[in-house]
Amino acid sequence: MSKGQDPDSRPLIGLEGITKIYGTGDAEVRALRGIDMEISGGEFVAVMGPSGSGKSTAMNILGFLDKPTGGRYFFGGAEVGHLNRDQLALLRRNFLGFVFQGYNLLARTSALDNVELPLIYQGMAGSKRRILAREALAKVGLEGREDHHPAQLSGGQQQRVAIARAIVTNPDVILADEPTGNLDTARSHEIMDLLTGLNRVDGITILMVTHEPDMADYADRIIHFLDGRIETDNRNRKAAADAV
Amino acid sequence: MLYEAVRLALQAILRNAFRSFLTVLGIVIGVAAVIAMVTVGQGSTDQVEADVSTLGTNLLMIRPGQPSQGPGSGGGGGTAASLTLKDVDAIEQQISSVAVATPSNSRGMTAIYGNANYSTTVTGTDNRYLTARSWAIVGGRAFYESELRTGTAACILGETVRQILFGNGDPIGASIRLKQIACRVIGILEVKGASSFGTDQDDIILIPIRTFQRRISGNQDVAMIYASIRNSVSTEKAKADIESLMRERRRIGPFEEDDFNVFDMKQITSMLTGITSVLTGLLSAVAAVSLLVGGIGIMNIMLVSVTERTREIGIRLAVGATERQVLMQFLVEAIVLSLIGGLIGILLGLALGLLGSRLLSIPFAPDATIVLAAFLFSALVGIVFGYFPARRAARMDPIEALRHQ
Repeated sequence: MSKGQDPDSRPLIGLEGITKIYGTGDAEVRALRGIDMEISGGEFVAVMGPSGSGKSTAMNILGFLDKPTGGRYFFGGAEVGHLNRDQLALLRRNFLGFVFQGYNLLARTSALDNVELPLIYQGMAGSKRRILAREALAKVGLEGREDHHPAQLSGGQQQRVAIARAIVTNPDVILADEPTGNLDTARSHEIMDLLTGLNRVDGITILMVTHEPDMADYADRIIHFLDGRIETDNRNRKAAADAV
Repeated sequence: MLYEAVRLALQAILRNAFRSFLTVLGIVIGVAAVIAMVTVGQGSTDQVEADVSTLGTNLLMIRPGQPSQGPGSGGGGGTAASLTLKDVDAIEQQISSVAVATPSNSRGMTAIYGNANYSTTVTGTDNRYLTARSWAIVGGRAFYESELRTGTAACILGETVRQILFGNGDPIGASIRLKQIACRVIGILEVKGASSFGTDQDDIILIPIRTFQRRISGNQDVAMIYASIRNSVSTEKAKADIESLMRERRRIGPFEEDDFNVFDMKQITSMLTGITSVLTGLLSAVAAVSLLVGGIGIMNIMLVSVTERTREIGIRLAVGATERQVLMQFLVEAIVLSLIGGLIGILLGLALGLLGSRLLSIPFAPDATIVLAAFLFSALVGIVFGYFPARRAARMDPIEALRHQ
């Protein structure tokens, strides 16, 4: 963001000339070649592009899992590109929720314990954690399954647990990496409806990587990556029409 | 947070209960060995002390031989001249701090009565022996002066010998055989009780010293003199008096070393307990090595566990665990693991110690200090050997970890 702008209109996320280079010399890989992007609070953005286009790298940087080689990253108006590991962990803990293609739940651990995990690291007391985790599970439609282990749940249900884990901290942003990649069409649409609800009703900003146009169509805005650059960045008319 | 870490650690440990058990086996064995050793060692030390105190703490023992030789070494004392009955009388009469002095020559012999025979210890002495060791006659009588003077074959039986040779019969007046000697039983000793280090104090036959000299040893030697000291006098003073008297009697020049030994019971106690503590120390050192090996086992399994749980670590990092929180989780897990091992080891060690004490019939003497030390040491093993794997977990790259299959 630039100086003198109205604080209310400044974007939640701002990337300025972000680059990411892996390796050195001949083995050097330029994963990102200068990304500029602004995302406002409450947006639902789909990120698309072929593998190797840099979309995953961009998502890792956006999710505070990785640091950019160059450029500037503003989150909520503060520059965060230079923060250390633990400071990034605190940002993830307090502002982000992750949803992965492979669900990434702790095995042999109940749904409730899985959802409580981020709250444990926030240092929240056990009784309060239980309440919030139950609420989150109820919100994703898994009431009564609190004690089920991942192995006892279907893929769609596991992804719902993962979403409950992502929203239990009341985050500003959910980063979803191919959230429907392992699910059949019916289950995929259920998950997308859930995410859309979280975006429309709770105002959670959603960044979602997908290669399925059907799923991308749920988003308000679709960004295409190609060769480490943003190729296109368009409003999605279909979603806008659906929302009305 | 610590409570959470312990809860998580217990969860992780129970998830792999069997593997966790194998992991801590080294610690269990190490701790159990140390505790059992020390418990049995302490028990036998207590037993030796108790035995020596039943012998009488105011008793001195004089034996021929170089002072460097212990009381357990050969009775003859090599080239040193032996003691005589005149020495016994001189010690008793010339040293005011000595109440009584008595000779004591012992030899293992087989006693036969009817069809029964029993291998026991025959001690040649006189009635002052009973005074010096405060040992009462419970049946029959002590030696007559005439028997002592002439060396009559009269014997006083210890309870063990009486029991084996005569059972429920009355032994007084009976004749038992000691080698070729026919010996008339004149008295029964009071029960002195069982003792440690193999000696049953009631396993004894007393005969007059002259009888022993004439018919068993065939010489005029006295192997050992017991001197009991008056209560008001210090052991050191009596010991010094006896030493100077004996030097004089044995004509030892001022620059020559003693060719006899005067032991007090304290010395004997410290020597015997010294042996047990050296043994206990050595065995404990071996056990400590197994603790070290146990620690390495924990490190090995923790490293495997960290690798296996790479994805889990990735998830934890993604939801916002700091490096320190992950480090703590795995460190606490290692500590809890080795503490569980330590606790099992302590219980097992105490059980083994109890069993050992029963088998050796010595007191069960668990030592609170060593139990506490074992507990703290197992925690230390957890910290030392858990730190490296925990640090490896904490430093993982979340992206790599999440991608791990």
